[in-house]
Amino acid sequence: MPMHAHEIEELILKAFPDAEVTIEDLRGDGDHYSCKVISSAFAGKSRVQQHQMVYQSLEGRMGGVLHALALQTKAPE
Amino acid sequence: MDNATKERIAADIAASDVVLFMKGTPVFPQCGFSAAVVGVLSHLGIKFKSVNVLDDQNIREGIKTYSDWPTIPQLYVKGEFVGGCDIIREMYETGELMEMLSTHGIDVNPQPVQSA
Repeated sequence: MPMHAHEIEELILKAFPDAEVTIEDLRGDGDHYSCKVISSAFAGKSRVQQHQMVYQSLEGRMGGVLHALALQTKAPE
Repeated sequence: MDNATKERIAADIAASDVVLFMKGTPVFPQCGFSAAVVGVLSHLGIKFKSVNVLDDQNIREGIKTYSDWPTIPQLYVKGEFVGGCDIIREMYETGELMEMLSTHGIDVNPQPVQSA
C-alpha cells in the first residue's frame, strides 16, 4: 500500500519538529517521491548521517512500502 | 544477518578500492538508481567492482544492515560507505565526489560527455 505525501511529512516532522519539509510526488504512484528536509538537527552531520536520521524517522518504511525517496537534506544556512 | 554473509560482504568491500553494490550489472543495470551511479562512475572513468545483489538475497538484505542504509545501490570507497544514488549524484554535481576520490588516491579520468 503506497504512502501519501502527508504521511511522510508527518513522520519527518514528528522526529524533526523544526524542519522545513518539501515533498514532491514524482510519478503520482505514491512510491516515488522527492523530499527536501531542512533542520538544525543536521548541523555538523555528514550527508550519510543526515539521510540515516530521516530514514529512521520513517520507521522502517524506506526501501519497503516507500520504494524511492530522492532525498536532499541540509541544516539551515 | 549471519556471520557468513557479513564476512562475504566485508570481503567484497575489501576486494577493490571502489565497490558498488547494485541491482543488475554495469552493462545490464536492473534499476534506474543503480544505472545512475554506474553512469557517474563510468563518466568519471573510475575502475570499480560491482556486486549484483539480485544474485543473492542474503547479500541484498545483509548489505542494508551492514551499512545501516535501507536501499540499493550502495557505493564504498576504500572500505568506507559513501552513499546511495542521491548522495553520489549530489556529490558528483558539486565536485565533491572527484575531490574525495582523488584524496583517497583513486585514479579519476573524466570521459568527454557525448552530447546526444
